[in-house]
Amino acid sequence: MIRDITIGQYYPVDSPIHRLDPRVKLSGTMLFLISLFVFSGYLGYVLAALFVGIVIKVSKVPFRYIVRGLRPVLILLLVTVLFNLLLTREGTEIFSFGFIHIYDQGLIFAFLMAIRLVLLVIGTSLMTFTTTPNQLTDGLEKGLRGLKKLHVPVHEIAMMMSIALRFIPILVEETDKIMKAQQARGADFESGKLLQRAKALVPLLVPLIVSAFRRANDLALAMEARCYHGGDGRTKMKPLKYKKRDAVAYLILFGYLGLVIGSGFLF
Amino acid sequence: MDTEKKNRDLQECMVLDHVSYVYGAGTAYEKYALQDINLVLQKGEFIGLIGHTGSGKSTLVQHLNGLLSPTSGHIYYRGNDIGAAGFNKKELRSKVGLVFQYPEHQLFETTVVKDVAFGPKNMGLPQLEIDMRTFAALKEAGVGEDLYDASPFELSGGQKRRVAIAGVLAMQPDILILDEPTAGLDPRGRDEILDRIAKIHAEGNRTVILVSHSMEDVAEYASRLIVMNSGRVFCDGTPKEVFEEYKELEKIGLAAPQVTYLSEALRADGVALPYNATTVEEARELLLADWRGGRG
Repeated sequence: MIRDITIGQYYPVDSPIHRLDPRVKLSGTMLFLISLFVFSGYLGYVLAALFVGIVIKVSKVPFRYIVRGLRPVLILLLVTVLFNLLLTREGTEIFSFGFIHIYDQGLIFAFLMAIRLVLLVIGTSLMTFTTTPNQLTDGLEKGLRGLKKLHVPVHEIAMMMSIALRFIPILVEETDKIMKAQQARGADFESGKLLQRAKALVPLLVPLIVSAFRRANDLALAMEARCYHGGDGRTKMKPLKYKKRDAVAYLILFGYLGLVIGSGFLF
Repeated sequence: MDTEKKNRDLQECMVLDHVSYVYGAGTAYEKYALQDINLVLQKGEFIGLIGHTGSGKSTLVQHLNGLLSPTSGHIYYRGNDIGAAGFNKKELRSKVGLVFQYPEHQLFETTVVKDVAFGPKNMGLPQLEIDMRTFAALKEAGVGEDLYDASPFELSGGQKRRVAIAGVLAMQPDILILDEPTAGLDPRGRDEILDRIAKIHAEGNRTVILVSHSMEDVAEYASRLIVMNSGRVFCDGTPKEVFEEYKELEKIGLAAPQVTYLSEALRADGVALPYNATTVEEARELLLADWRGGRG
């Protein structure tokens, strides 16, 4: 059950997208997000959907795996659609019942907003599907290196991020284990009233927090034992270097952005 | 008559019928954790379940109390299919007690007594019964009375583990399963826990399943060994039968107890032992018998 959450999980296959420099994928995702909000015509939607489709195809991540990642944002999606549907008061009224009035513009807005959101989630999760957390923080650290001059602790932030990301699966597994152990002693996490359910979480949360502290302690000790002292003078085993394919990817990205912006003027 | 006896026996035990389990079906991580497991676990047996990391032993024991449900196949407890709709899994979990690996990590209450009482409390027993079971279990698990009101987080590793085992014993299960109960303990703590478990088995008339990868541990206590390898039952028999096949065991990365190798070497050197010993105690007796025979 907990294992089924796929948002932000690496999908291990070898594809041109997987091999790209993480900085390309980071800035590519940013550009894609921007592109989603600059266009106004219908052509923009087609272009964005086409772009996402091609990237999915090239990345070799199965489509249904990506769709499963959409499940957690389903509620957000529904709320957005409902608000757009019910609160838009433009165009001609096509349906009315009591206090509910639905206009044709509202219907279109709701539909387009849903597409925009789905594209947004798929676009960002594609990055995490094709990039390991380590590559991601590596890319962030190197990409934001310039901020060091402004005394932003870039390395420390990147290190904290990669540790936090690394701990997510560990804590998920731990939660699963403790849950099972307490269920083996007759604990019931699924039934009862709200208050009862909240109380039932105590046998899960106390051991989980204790174990998180224990792990943090062990990790700090292990890092110190390996003489970790922050980012100064630290070298990398696999330093990030731009290759030819990264340049090609940047070209494609800017070409896409130009097309999307251009499409606004066409219609 | 015979079938009647067989039926009665089946009433008393746990039967696994063609049980398979697949992890992460339909993803890139799909993996068979169990493949076509058929076992009959008799009442009162002391079973050692051994196998390498990832051989499926932990997955198997989680099926026995219904924490995991088989992808295909059936499990019967006292003749009832535990996967059937309407089967009371909560009751099953009090009858099939499972002590997880590093069980001390699940302690959460403010005192030892309260923590041990968690299981019986969940069973909805009257307070007096809860108290009686709690104290009986603490005694059975060998937790000293001076620790009853201590916080479980203040105890030593070995003490914590015994408290956690008491927490499962307090439900008074028919079948007690312990997943690597000696992991991370020093030799003395290990011997203490194993002796405790042997005692619990002898006194309580319970089935005990001891999951381990240490041959020495299981050889000394178990009356039956089940060896798992990549999700399948590799062999199943008495320790003597299983360790006779130590060359086969080596092929799957396991080994017989060291004393078995020693007696093999002695026999190769011409010491006339009738068979290979599986425990140090047995080796001592065989050697003494041989020595006396030689002098007489």
